[in-house]
Amino acid sequence: MLNDLENKTILVTGGSRGIGADIVRKLAKMKAHVLINFRSENDSLQSLVTECESYGAKVTKLQFDITNLDETKEVLNAFIKDVGPIEGLVNNAGISKDTLALRVKAEEIDHIFSVNLKSTMLLTNFLTRNFLRANNPSVVNISSVVGLMGNASQTVYSASKAGLIGYTKSYAKELAPKKIRANAICPGFIQTDMTDALSDEVSATYKSSIPLSEFGSGEDVANLCCFLLSSASSYITGEIIKVDGGLYI
Amino acid sequence: MELQEKVIKIVSEATKMDAANISEKTNLVEDLNLDSLDMVEMMMKMEDEFGVEIPEDETDKLKTISDVTNFLKSKQS
Repeated sequence: MLNDLENKTILVTGGSRGIGADIVRKLAKMKAHVLINFRSENDSLQSLVTECESYGAKVTKLQFDITNLDETKEVLNAFIKDVGPIEGLVNNAGISKDTLALRVKAEEIDHIFSVNLKSTMLLTNFLTRNFLRANNPSVVNISSVVGLMGNASQTVYSASKAGLIGYTKSYAKELAPKKIRANAICPGFIQTDMTDALSDEVSATYKSSIPLSEFGSGEDVANLCCFLLSSASSYITGEIIKVDGGLYI
Repeated sequence: MELQEKVIKIVSEATKMDAANISEKTNLVEDLNLDSLDMVEMMMKMEDEFGVEIPEDETDKLKTISDVTNFLKSKQS
């Protein structure tokens, strides 16, 4: 794979844990300048930074809550003024809460949509001016396979992730004349603490629905993410790509 | 070089339109076919060149070369 991510400045929202941390790790291995957005400092974040630096990557921690636009703008404006344009953005931060449709409260919809969709849109829109000054800018939105196929008890989450797909396509169309690309990744079952906690029986049931018969890893998502951020994908925009082992074919 | 000449030079370079065909009355949208994104990009070039900030809502009011020159003059004075 063409690796031109070295020294490329890439912001990963929600980059301190889970899939976000795997994306950060992979970018660091490719020697990108990784900007890790996080909300609160913790030991695992510091060990992630140390690990990334051991790969020879430059790492910058950026503390802000993506739902607070003023704070987000303040932190990012200061960074851009000091260092220069941000060239890649991975909108990974997201939350999920499983609730039956008949029990969903209005506040839950507001909260999940605010984090998963509204904040992502506002952050990306805000950074667009900066992308006009950047070299080969690329936006990667982490959606979900449930945004395509739906899932019981996830009406709110899946709607927010489906919204992200619509946003990705529209943004890609609007900004293509300025060579700003945007794509979305739809992970399926990815191995996390949550899947590790499943009983063998439940785990086997889930796996039986996946043609490749196993859960994916965060690295599977990170590999695609790096490809979409690099110029190896320079003719790809507005694309929605599943990393799901064939779950939704 | 006068301010207006500098503005015309930036517009000419960005649009590949001969500077001789651009005057103070040239309308950026109607005569040069700039869309709203082109306008944002153009104003960013002006910001870089002249070291001023052009707020988004001002961009909509800047229709002609003359409008841009007058706005920059007011910011510089």
